[in-house]
Amino acid sequence: MKQGFYTVTENMALTSSVYRMKLAGDVTGVACGQFINILLDGYYLRRPISVCDVIDTDSEKAIVILYKVVGKGTEKMATLPTGTTLDVLTQLGNGYDTSCSGEAPLLLGGGVGVPPLYMLAKKLIAEGKQVRVILGFNTKEEVFYEEEFKALGADVTVTTVDGSYGTKGFVTTVMADKPYTYFYTCGPEPMLRAIYNASTTSGQFSFEERMGCGFGACMGCSCKTITGYKRICKEGPVLVKGEILWQK
Amino acid sequence: MAEMKVNLCGIELDNPIIPASGTFGFGYEFAEVYDINLLGTFSFKGTTKDPRFGNPTPRIAECSMGMINAVGLQNPGVEKVISEELPKLAKCFNKKVMANVSGFAIEDYAYTCEKLDACDQVGWLEVNVSCPNVHGGGMSFGTSPEAAASVTRAVKKVTTKPVIIKLSPNVTDIVSIAKACEEAGADGISLINTLLGMRIDLKTRKPVIANKMGGFSGSAIFPVAVRMVYQVANAVKIPVVGMGGVSSAEDVIEMMLAGATAVEVGAANLINPYACRDIINDLPRVMEKYRINSLSEIIGGVQ
Repeated sequence: MKQGFYTVTENMALTSSVYRMKLAGDVTGVACGQFINILLDGYYLRRPISVCDVIDTDSEKAIVILYKVVGKGTEKMATLPTGTTLDVLTQLGNGYDTSCSGEAPLLLGGGVGVPPLYMLAKKLIAEGKQVRVILGFNTKEEVFYEEEFKALGADVTVTTVDGSYGTKGFVTTVMADKPYTYFYTCGPEPMLRAIYNASTTSGQFSFEERMGCGFGACMGCSCKTITGYKRICKEGPVLVKGEILWQK
Repeated sequence: MAEMKVNLCGIELDNPIIPASGTFGFGYEFAEVYDINLLGTFSFKGTTKDPRFGNPTPRIAECSMGMINAVGLQNPGVEKVISEELPKLAKCFNKKVMANVSGFAIEDYAYTCEKLDACDQVGWLEVNVSCPNVHGGGMSFGTSPEAAASVTRAVKKVTTKPVIIKLSPNVTDIVSIAKACEEAGADGISLINTLLGMRIDLKTRKPVIANKMGGFSGSAIFPVAVRMVYQVANAVKIPVVGMGGVSSAEDVIEMMLAGATAVEVGAANLINPYACRDIINDLPRVMEKYRINSLSEIIGGVQ
């Protein structure tokens, strides 16, 4: 965990409800699959948002997040003008482990679960892996980041539930057609469960939970796993397939 | 020169700042980001006789200037706390720690406190009587003077360390409960625990928290806490530890003026991991502003 003050240098709508925000500041130690926790004026708890990308060049150092407006906090975020300074905790959570990916990992993202897979894809491609990505959305209007993943050199398939774009169906509809050595996923829990059941290899799942602190102090986001109790914010958000215990 | 030392039940604290139980774990998350030895002490995660997972999630709901939690006393149980957590803590904290204890039967409290009494690292036992009594129809021990006194007596029998009873604010007459604990031998009183609260999601029309209700904490409850600390401090002779919504050095001074000998900081740690360090660093400035030379001189100093 690290606290820092970041300046909003971009805050633009990608779809009617998903925004991209660039936060300029310290990017050291920020790993793929981790999240940041943002303090917003007028709101008591911080907003945990997954890291989509880290820009680390001589001219620009920024954390990129993609967030969906779902409540008052994210509504407020969408109104923040560039130049706003934000108090942010970074380096939170365990993140994805790329060491077990094999040669041809498959990345499956659903809706606002897509963002953390971007930085992961970038890393895997840099490591010389052949990366396939399946991005699932409800409708054509909701699709984002297809081109960005393609620009990294990934093989990208888009699915929509209503068939208005790409393949009609869910990410699991096309999963069986893709050869893969390992998989990584993030998205709504029904999707994670479907992937858990459909997958033929091990893989890593990124989970979401309501959090108090986001850094392991409050026990607000605990879950039961085969290897014991884990805090989604600290020992998660990424759990390995073999340790997941589905509730209910 | 700002003198911040206070004496809590016979043990001197470098300053009155104590992170509250349940907001500071066993200290390590915070030791990663600052030297926790600068604290007065801290109250570790509520410990029970047996290990507990706690309640299902969601366990957290946001409120205006506060939050509700229904964690449900997740902890590894007293044996593991002693064999695993305390040795780890010894590596990053060289002061006496406050052991926070919960139970669901009088015997549980006595069992857990007796085990912790044997630990040199433990300076005080802070006994949380807000838990439901499984043998008393689920009514919280802290809601009746008799039940709170019974817990106090049972704990006092098994320890020589100072016993601080942590009271629930969800009662009609907190003074009578505090007095009953004092008469039963308590060495101190800490208050307030969280206020029972609830939020409902408008979209799903379901409670936000899986447990439906939970404990409301944060800045919003500060005035309630100051009032109750004032009432209790005026009614008992033993030291009072004030807590509830404290988030600044000014809040600490106000709590002490109301009658608190030391001050616990809870939810603020979850929003700003540096909250306690920042308060301690800011205290000399605020003391100078209000012409306070020594914090121990202002305890109960409200006119």
